[in-house]
Amino acid sequence: MQTISKEKIYSWLEEVKDPEIPVLSLVDLGVITGVGIEDETVHIEMTPTFVGCPAMDMMKQEVIEVLNKHGVENVSVNISFKEPWSSDKISAKGRQALKQFGLAPPPPGNLFTDIDILEHAQCPRCNGSNTDLKNPFGPTLCRSIHYCNDCKEAFEQFKPL
Amino acid sequence: MNELALKELLYKMADDQLILGHRNSEWTGFGPLLEEDIAFSSMAQDKIGQSHALYSILHSLGEQEPDTIAFTRHADQFHNCLLTELPNGEYDFSLIRHFLYDTAEIIRFDMLTQSSFKPVAELAVKVRAELRYHTLHANTWVKQLGSATEESISRLQHSLEYALPYALGIFEESPYEKELIAEGIFGGEQALKEKWKTKVEEVINQTQLQLPDWKTMQPILGGRKGKHSEHLQPLLDEMSEVFNIDPTAEW
Ligand SMILES: [Zn+2]
Repeated sequence: MQTISKEKIYSWLEEVKDPEIPVLSLVDLGVITGVGIEDETVHIEMTPTFVGCPAMDMMKQEVIEVLNKHGVENVSVNISFKEPWSSDKISAKGRQALKQFGLAPPPPGNLFTDIDILEHAQCPRCNGSNTDLKNPFGPTLCRSIHYCNDCKEAFEQFKPL
Repeated sequence: MNELALKELLYKMADDQLILGHRNSEWTGFGPLLEEDIAFSSMAQDKIGQSHALYSILHSLGEQEPDTIAFTRHADQFHNCLLTELPNGEYDFSLIRHFLYDTAEIIRFDMLTQSSFKPVAELAVKVRAELRYHTLHANTWVKQLGSATEESISRLQHSLEYALPYALGIFEESPYEKELIAEGIFGGEQALKEKWKTKVEEVINQTQLQLPDWKTMQPILGGRKGKHSEHLQPLLDEMSEVFNIDPTAEW
């Protein structure tokens, strides 16, 4: 195996998307917490968004497949909570992608000590905060449901965690 | 590290999450509102995922595979508290149980973020963050329905009085309390119970519900030692039936 850089690995991993939000790569989502290259093997460290995330095994499989496709034969993926995921790990590019997808990006996690910040999420359509929390549990574990009083429409937010 | 003590702690926590997760999932399709249906289904998914993570830690300590632990044991091998296995009943009981249990659970995981056993401390940071949504949900509804109509107040009051002795069973002591505390693995059931009482009082005092005097309550124990109600085995049978249809299915 010729020498590959970590940067190269990260750029290949951009191809793996969150199965629930196909515009968001795993790298931008922040679930790839480490890349290591040792002899012939590439080690990937991953951490789930939510402990019960049903897509984790699928994402792990895709990471292996994408790297295989680029000629990396030996890939080991380790899933741990050493560096736990929080919504602050979503990159600026990832936040932008969420917004274009119609999902309000999560507010900074340190604000989440005050539960009220969930009450007035910023509407991804009009950017206003004249909104109400409808349900902290949305169609998937990482989304909550809100209503914009100005747009008169419901929207979802990627939950701060 | 006292492994017996650690395993006993992990088993009871994982079993609680699995059994209550399963009960929550029974609301799927039957919630009083679509929103509540979704909420209980999401919490079920969280809890079952968290139980799996705890069983995985047990597996790393030499116990069997997570699915084997979850789906092949008999009721008397389970360490969940009785509160978690009671049938869902009406929505008011499920809500009160959810409130009493999750209030304890988030404090338990908060204490465990300080655990001397690293894998548990790391997982606890994560689970604590997720459980905030569960307690947010429980507190919101208890406060709302606990101050709404005469009927909602009296229903919740009745369920509260029924559930409290079972809830005190959450804190049934392990034979290893001293070891767990001494080794810094977990701060102990007594400490947890005291913090829990304070939090329960804080929420209930914002409603028109009346909290009975703690001193008059007789805890209903046994679950931590494998002594269960008649409700657990049928639940396990149903759960493992699904598992046995497709043992490779993802949970
Ligand atoms: Zn709007």
